Amino acid sequence: MGGRRASIARLLIVLWTLVILAFLYLPMISVVLASFTKKRYFSFPITAWDTVWYEKALESLSVRNIIATSLSVAVMVTAFSVVLGFCSALAFARYDWKGRKQFQKMILLPIFFPQAVLGLALLLWFTNIGIVTSWKTAVFAHMVWIVPIVTLIMSIQVYSFDPALEEAAFDLGASRRQVLKEITLPILAPGIVSGAIFAFLLSWGNFPLSLFSTGADQTVPEWLYAKMVMGYTPLVPTLGSLTMGGAAVVVVLVLIGFQIRRMRQR
Amino acid sequence: MAEAMAGPTSPPWHAKAGAWLRQPGVLAALPTTLFLSIGFAGPLVIVLVYSFMPPRTFSMFQAPTLVNFVSVVTDSYYISFFWSLGLSTVTVVLLLLVCYPIAYGMAKLFGRWANLVTVLVALPLLISENIRLFGWVLFLLKNGILDGSLQALFGLTIPSLVYSVPAIVLGLTYVYLPFMLFPLVIGLSMVPQSLKEAAADLGATRLQIFREVEMPLAMPGILIGAMLTFILTLGSLAESKILGGQAVVMIADDIESAFTYAQNWPKGAVLSVLLIVFSGVLVFFLFRRIDLDRIIGRR
Repeated sequence: MGGRRASIARLLIVLWTLVILAFLYLPMISVVLASFTKKRYFSFPITAWDTVWYEKALESLSVRNIIATSLSVAVMVTAFSVVLGFCSALAFARYDWKGRKQFQKMILLPIFFPQAVLGLALLLWFTNIGIVTSWKTAVFAHMVWIVPIVTLIMSIQVYSFDPALEEAAFDLGASRRQVLKEITLPILAPGIVSGAIFAFLLSWGNFPLSLFSTGADQTVPEWLYAKMVMGYTPLVPTLGSLTMGGAAVVVVLVLIGFQIRRMRQR
Repeated sequence: MAEAMAGPTSPPWHAKAGAWLRQPGVLAALPTTLFLSIGFAGPLVIVLVYSFMPPRTFSMFQAPTLVNFVSVVTDSYYISFFWSLGLSTVTVVLLLLVCYPIAYGMAKLFGRWANLVTVLVALPLLISENIRLFGWVLFLLKNGILDGSLQALFGLTIPSLVYSVPAIVLGLTYVYLPFMLFPLVIGLSMVPQSLKEAAADLGATRLQIFREVEMPLAMPGILIGAMLTFILTLGSLAESKILGGQAVVMIADDIESAFTYAQNWPKGAVLSVLLIVFSGVLVFFLFRRIDLDRIIGRR
């Protein structure tokens, strides 16, 4: 019968999924391995393990500088994108209004757009209206790409939001502010948090937009790229590992937070 | 005439516009719409204007000319464009083949494990692609992890696999995999299992079910995945630079060097316009076929 064939197919699909997951993490494992090597140039198997490059990275002033730049950009992008994204997610998924379909498609356009070209277009734009590019213009550039993504992420939560809850609160005499504070925001909180995390980490890791919009300032991905293409230093895998570790910590904390919230609600 | 037909009770146009503006949806849409007009539409217009400026000029107020568009053909600007088209096509086909079984598993077989797979696939997106591509360099390099392991285990030596066209395709497939996988999952979960069973009961073969039931119903997801990855790979920059070395110049590299080393902004602009128009046409046809409320909201 078909049952046996179906179970073989199922097994193959599971195996294939595991292979691809391994494929996704392989290069990251490579970077971490390389960061613990003592030698100046990487070769495998690693003969001398050391954490000397971590010490050097943490001492280096220029490394601290670029991390500070990347953090400032990511924090600003997150703050602005969450506010803009929240409004537009409501327009995207909550309200019925004439022009909504067009609005939804407009939101998607910057995502369906080559980022490097967007970065260059923004550089031309800044230059022509007489703004000197720096990390602040990078915030603006990142937002053009990140606000739409945050909107989409929050929209998923907004779609599952029942407007009747708000109406019930109004009927019971709640003010507009009370409804927002007591009903809308708490229910949409997971979407807002997910949106914020994505905004922060996508900005932190972005390269094509930063490359053209930071001017004299440099973010971590730009610095890594410059060192990879010319003037390799063993700090590249080290700093790479550090940023991966940072991202992992953020994600784990958030997942724990969601878990606690879920347990409290039960 | 129109006014007479609308009758005396119809409000004037500015009252209608005022009423439209006061809708909560319009108010909520306003900030982002303004932001994207300044941050997205504005820059695109500037690029378009520059593509009509004489070569090697740095101002927008010269007499417009079509020289750059002619140069696309005569000065072989199109070579990098065709390389990009070719590499993107190969990548999209590979991604469809790689992701379809996983997406099927996530939509139909894995049950609650599907959430874990989703998280595991999404996590690498949060790490800069530069770092991940560099990991591939370390893996594929001469004396790298693959070569070193083969030497240590089997005494085999292989040539460096990095800095070649296949390495670029590997990098593109790797980086854009989630952008194909997630739309496919959404598309496939829109196919009701009962419909496939009904088709099987009516005597359809596996291939027939796939072609006549599954594919058409999953098409919005397949199209979004294919278009998104095609456009993103078409404009990719880091993959060919980090993994490709000097093997191929892709269009985004070409655009970048036109704006930086070559200092020929109009050339960069005309190549950008080529890319924008090409992606724009694809997106236009895609958007005509999909309904976002259904895909994202599952309404």
